[in-house]
Amino acid sequence: MSLYRLPDRGRVDRSTPVTFTYNGSPYTGYAGDTLASALLANGVHQVTTSIKYGRPRGIMAAGPEDPNALVQVETPFPEPMLTATTVELYDGLVASGLSGQGRLATEPDPARYDAMHQHCDVLVVGAGPAGLTAALTAARSGARVVLLDDQPEAGGSLLGTTELIDDRPALEWVEAAVAELDSLPEVRVLSRTTAFGFYDDGFVLALERRTDHLGFAAPEHLSRQRVWRLRAKHVVLATGAHERPVVFADNDRPGTMLAASARTYLHRYGVRCGQRAVVFTTNDSAYQAAVDLADAGLEVAAVIDARPQSPAGWAAECAERGIEVRSGHVVTGTTGHERVIRAHVAQLTDGRPQLRSGIGCDLLLVSGGWNPAVHLFSQAGGRLSYDDALGAFVPSSSLEAVTVAGAARGTFQLDGCLADGGEAAQRALAGLGRPTAGGTPPRPSAAHESAERPLTLWTVPDPDEQHAGATQFVDLQRDATVADVLRATGAGLRSVEHVKRYTTIGTAHDQGKTSGIISSGLVAQSVRAGIADLGTTTFRPPYTPVSFAALAGRDRGHLHDPERVTPLHLLHVAAGADFEDVGQWKRPRYFPRAGEDMDTAVLRECRAARESVAMMDASTLGKIEVEGPDAAELLDRLYTNLMSSLKVGFIRYGVMCGVDGMAIDDGTVMRLADDRFLLTTTTGNAAKILDWMEEWLQTEWPDLAVRLTSVTEQWATVALVGPRSRDVLALVAPELAVDNDSFPFMTWREAMVAGVPARVCRISFSGELAFEVNVSGWDAVTLWEALLAAGESYGITAYGTETMHVLRAEKGYPIIGQDTDGTVTPQDLGMSWVVSKKKPDFIGKRSFARAENQRADRKHLVGLLPVQRDILLPEGAQLVADPQIGPPPVRMLGHVTSSYRSAALEATFALALVKGGRDRIGQTLYSTVGDELVPVTVAEPVLYDPEGARRDG
Amino acid sequence: MQLIPCPWCGPRDEVEFHYGGAAHVAYPEDPQSLTDEDWARYVFFRDNPKGPFAERWCHTASCRRWFNAIRDTATHQVLAVYRMDEAKPVTS
Amino acid sequence: MRISSVGSSTTPGADLPDHPSFLWRNPEPKKHYDVVVIGGGGHGLATAYYLAKNHGITNVAVLEKGWLAGGNMARNTTIIRSNYLWDESAGIYEHSLKLWETLEQELDYPILFSQRGVLNLAHTLQDVRDSVRRVNANKLNGIDAEWVDAQQVKELCPIVNISPDVRYPVLGATYQPRAGIAKHDYVAWGFARAANAMGVDLIQDCEVTGLDVVDGRVTAVGTTRGTIGAGRVALCAAGHSSVLAKMVDLELPLQSHPLQALVSELLEPVHPTVVMSNAVHVYVSQAHKGELVMGAGVDSYNGYGQRGAFHIIERQMAAALELFPVFARAHLLRTWAGIVDTTPDASPIVGLTPVEDLYLNCGWGTGGFKATPGVGWCFADTVAEGRPHPLISAFTLDRFTTGALVDEHGAAAVAH
Repeated sequence: MSLYRLPDRGRVDRSTPVTFTYNGSPYTGYAGDTLASALLANGVHQVTTSIKYGRPRGIMAAGPEDPNALVQVETPFPEPMLTATTVELYDGLVASGLSGQGRLATEPDPARYDAMHQHCDVLVVGAGPAGLTAALTAARSGARVVLLDDQPEAGGSLLGTTELIDDRPALEWVEAAVAELDSLPEVRVLSRTTAFGFYDDGFVLALERRTDHLGFAAPEHLSRQRVWRLRAKHVVLATGAHERPVVFADNDRPGTMLAASARTYLHRYGVRCGQRAVVFTTNDSAYQAAVDLADAGLEVAAVIDARPQSPAGWAAECAERGIEVRSGHVVTGTTGHERVIRAHVAQLTDGRPQLRSGIGCDLLLVSGGWNPAVHLFSQAGGRLSYDDALGAFVPSSSLEAVTVAGAARGTFQLDGCLADGGEAAQRALAGLGRPTAGGTPPRPSAAHESAERPLTLWTVPDPDEQHAGATQFVDLQRDATVADVLRATGAGLRSVEHVKRYTTIGTAHDQGKTSGIISSGLVAQSVRAGIADLGTTTFRPPYTPVSFAALAGRDRGHLHDPERVTPLHLLHVAAGADFEDVGQWKRPRYFPRAGEDMDTAVLRECRAARESVAMMDASTLGKIEVEGPDAAELLDRLYTNLMSSLKVGFIRYGVMCGVDGMAIDDGTVMRLADDRFLLTTTTGNAAKILDWMEEWLQTEWPDLAVRLTSVTEQWATVALVGPRSRDVLALVAPELAVDNDSFPFMTWREAMVAGVPARVCRISFSGELAFEVNVSGWDAVTLWEALLAAGESYGITAYGTETMHVLRAEKGYPIIGQDTDGTVTPQDLGMSWVVSKKKPDFIGKRSFARAENQRADRKHLVGLLPVQRDILLPEGAQLVADPQIGPPPVRMLGHVTSSYRSAALEATFALALVKGGRDRIGQTLYSTVGDELVPVTVAEPVLYDPEGARRDG
Repeated sequence: MQLIPCPWCGPRDEVEFHYGGAAHVAYPEDPQSLTDEDWARYVFFRDNPKGPFAERWCHTASCRRWFNAIRDTATHQVLAVYRMDEAKPVTS
Repeated sequence: MRISSVGSSTTPGADLPDHPSFLWRNPEPKKHYDVVVIGGGGHGLATAYYLAKNHGITNVAVLEKGWLAGGNMARNTTIIRSNYLWDESAGIYEHSLKLWETLEQELDYPILFSQRGVLNLAHTLQDVRDSVRRVNANKLNGIDAEWVDAQQVKELCPIVNISPDVRYPVLGATYQPRAGIAKHDYVAWGFARAANAMGVDLIQDCEVTGLDVVDGRVTAVGTTRGTIGAGRVALCAAGHSSVLAKMVDLELPLQSHPLQALVSELLEPVHPTVVMSNAVHVYVSQAHKGELVMGAGVDSYNGYGQRGAFHIIERQMAAALELFPVFARAHLLRTWAGIVDTTPDASPIVGLTPVEDLYLNCGWGTGGFKATPGVGWCFADTVAEGRPHPLISAFTLDRFTTGALVDEHGAAAVAH
């Protein structure tokens, strides 16, 4: 047993010793220790050196508010910047002190992370005395309750005290309370779970650390950390309070610690943090630490109370133990190297310290009062006000469905906390319309009555007037001092936000949990303003740091975004297709054969389509059924052309525009019946167009009787393309009359194809004779395989999106989103024919009449033929008029939107948007290719079969 | 994560909804008769108040219905929701 | 100016230069100013600075309802680049970038402008087309830009995951070497200090409550600190522009949205450049002290609350880990939100208004920070000369009527 570990105290498991390595040295602790408590038990106070000045730094607190004790964990997986006070000890832990930057692992994190959603009536944050009574009161009424606490076990502040409740040790009451909560079916108690964000409408985010404390023993199948997304009808915030220090010279020396934290180390971990202590306080709470430490065998040299009068009851307790109490005194500084060896004490007269004397000690406990942990309340939009008596900011506004209880609202006595929790739950239940069940409120042991108010003292005047404040540290992690604050106010700064940014106080890992208010207080003093008016800097999520991986959860890798595949996908994979992401879809881009690159494969696929027969999986096209007596009217309003005149059995191409007149999508419309249409959209736009149509229908034209149904996934579509496509179709659909007269262009037929019911369309996106065969997704494979077999003798060839693009571009068919960019009208695309002159209105029509739309130099879609016929223009190349690139800015005339090698044209070609392009046909322009310019001839966009002779086979 | 009370489904998380901007901006009776200025006003200009705002939402992940809400843009508090065929309620 | 010397010799992360020991006065507002700038953010401060510096107009007040540069200027992710598609955008942003390159000397303030390059990743074939188009346009506009393939991305930023097995593989990127980041507070304070030194009054805690218009001309500004007479009024109020314009019945095509950002703890250097990705929607840099600074898209709804929803952050984290698996155990330290004023074409509105002597600068959406010196320069010139500066003349309110939009939505890889 070490000098610092007491044999008879604490909640650590002495039957389970744990070995760990810190800064390269081996140590032993116990299960139940934190890294901080284990280090202290080994007499190690200094954990690191400071970022800017390289000064030794130690452990100041026992919880997440510690401003200083930052460590890098190395095992079982490297993790940067954790607070030693929050790292639970496990066997084999290797860690080291951090003074500046943490280090990320270079290998991937093997751990799993996930998220849970939970709804409840009452969410209680914090399982201290107020939180437990709140949870119990709420739970006993039958309400669905969730209780969160960031520690491994419930109890909150009671874990670090020796209080009695109902005449027995408080932790027995805690144990009974938790057991009762666990027994109730509608209650969930989550430990090691930190509520870190409070958002709108009772939405609270919490992080559960599920396996961190297990170290190497963590089971692989368990998620390491879990984000809880909690939605509560009422939230009780029982988040406690953080003790804050008083700032004095060399207050950063290891061995300097918050008073209540030392008490927590004593009672909870059985650790005494030193051998000889001096306690410096401005309020009563630190007396308990002095007394408890003395009772545990520490020598308590003195209690230095800055108040003129020490509290009588506590003074008596100290006297009993031989502890000297010096009221009206302050600690002005410390001596020591890596550890405090002496506290400098002086009388405080008229706010100035007088002659100082030294008191030898290896532990200097400080209490400057308590800051209610108002972070979550403030995040939720609650206002704070300064409580003069407490010297702290407390919740002042009432938030709907939020109650703050206990120390979090400035109630620091146990009896008050217990009562507060019950009342908070009653308020919550009343709001929910639930009766409160009975039950006797817990009764604590009597507390010391005190007539002495806490004194608010942010900083002790620096005896070193020449370098005043230079070693008075406000934010230890950022090495920011009182002198820095004074420099900031001297620079003209009045706002605490400005001072924060000037000094960096409050920007570090602890986000100023203990230092923020001290900075506000110093600014107030310096500029002679009221701290109440200055306020605090804004509290923002997260309350404590949360790993990126926990927030990413399972939305990573292939779960990052859904992958959509067609019913034919596995066939494509088996055929060796190369895939392209189009929206969420995986589409075959081309089907390379052995030894082929994309260019070769695409030339072969194109040739098959133009010369014989080829087929493509077109199932990803968006498909929307439009049904109802007003279906035709709706389509007339949304498409630029007339759809109501379409006859049943026929198909029409259509374009949709936004209200600004810019093309947003195109596709075909089939009329299935008088009151029923099926339209197709581009692959990437299917959901957007359905939403677009629904929006108009529901918000503008609810009088139209129409229903819209997405049937994209219900139908699989195979495009059968090429001069021999009719022959192949005839083979697989023997009952279907496929000749041109019986089955003309832009019509559709129902038929059995490959033995399955199908809807066959005679449409073409290639200029060739072509059919699109639509079957149920279940029958897709049957169809595909039947077509392959039937077409075998014709050399039927599967092709992908790349060949589709070449074929359509040769015909000048634009792709919305590739050949357009949201600034292109149908007229710009050379499609005035698709814009109805008859209809009085349709979406986008009015915008065509605007000044900008009348300009002759609008960009038009045209074809481009490189003068040198084998140069493939890069898609995205810019077009200019001059053969030489002049000094910038060079006037640009447009850009290449699509560019391919054409088997049919035996040349490369491109489509481009060009200013006044239709008036430039025949002209030579110049296209960027890398840093060079190459000449291109502007051409009609339709480069292949302009007379349309191939359409009917 | 706001909790938005869909008039058809009840309160649901914000992620289930699609935002539609200002409500009560009717498509003009006869767009062709409007001046360019008035047409531009319809196409591009929307109220953008700090405070209560009548706006449209669509419950895309569930009933897919559009509805109107009056929501305070400063506090995110939803003051009222109402169906497209209901009149704008008075909120104070 | 005292520049900290201790930083370089101590732990990494400590080496930010100190601010000057004097920044600005805190004057009481005068009865009248030649120009009243509303909004003490980056744009307002830069406008005031250039009014004084370039035009000799020093009887200027900057009115700020809260603390100087406490709005979007304090909340952005500090990315500076000029590789925009359209000539009009490229013009103003490149002018701005050139000013950034000498701003440290100009303001005598260590603004930490770091030209570490910006990569805009492409994940789909259409991304590639759009990117190449933009690179080619940039080059012809005299902007440094190049298209780099996935392997080159890896060389520029070794931690980017370019594996073809991820959901949306990196196919390449546009790269602007002169782009980078700066320290936002330092920039704002640099302008503020220099403007103050030339006699500009910076008036904080001064909220505008009304604008007096007499015979079609703005004459005074009502504030929580009294009425202040004004020869000319320049609006630089970002997310609150609609609220102010409404005071003179001026309707603007703006919508104010929350835009969130976040920061990690200080980390050893891992990320040497700036990476932006539209498809997986995240942008990331590692700031001078070592913290990762990240942003994503706006929250969808209108909001003035300077807060957004957490699922936006969660998605952003998922996107970040797709691109940067090594970030897994970095920690989210702080999140926040600004209010961005977005326009229908993702381009700003700058210039004259129907109210005489009232000038408008708004609609910068998510791109305002990088424009700070450029727009300050051009807006000051516009206010001083009473006509639009040529570099902002395309960004009129009138364009929404004529249809001459500068649509950076469809065209730019990402409009931040």
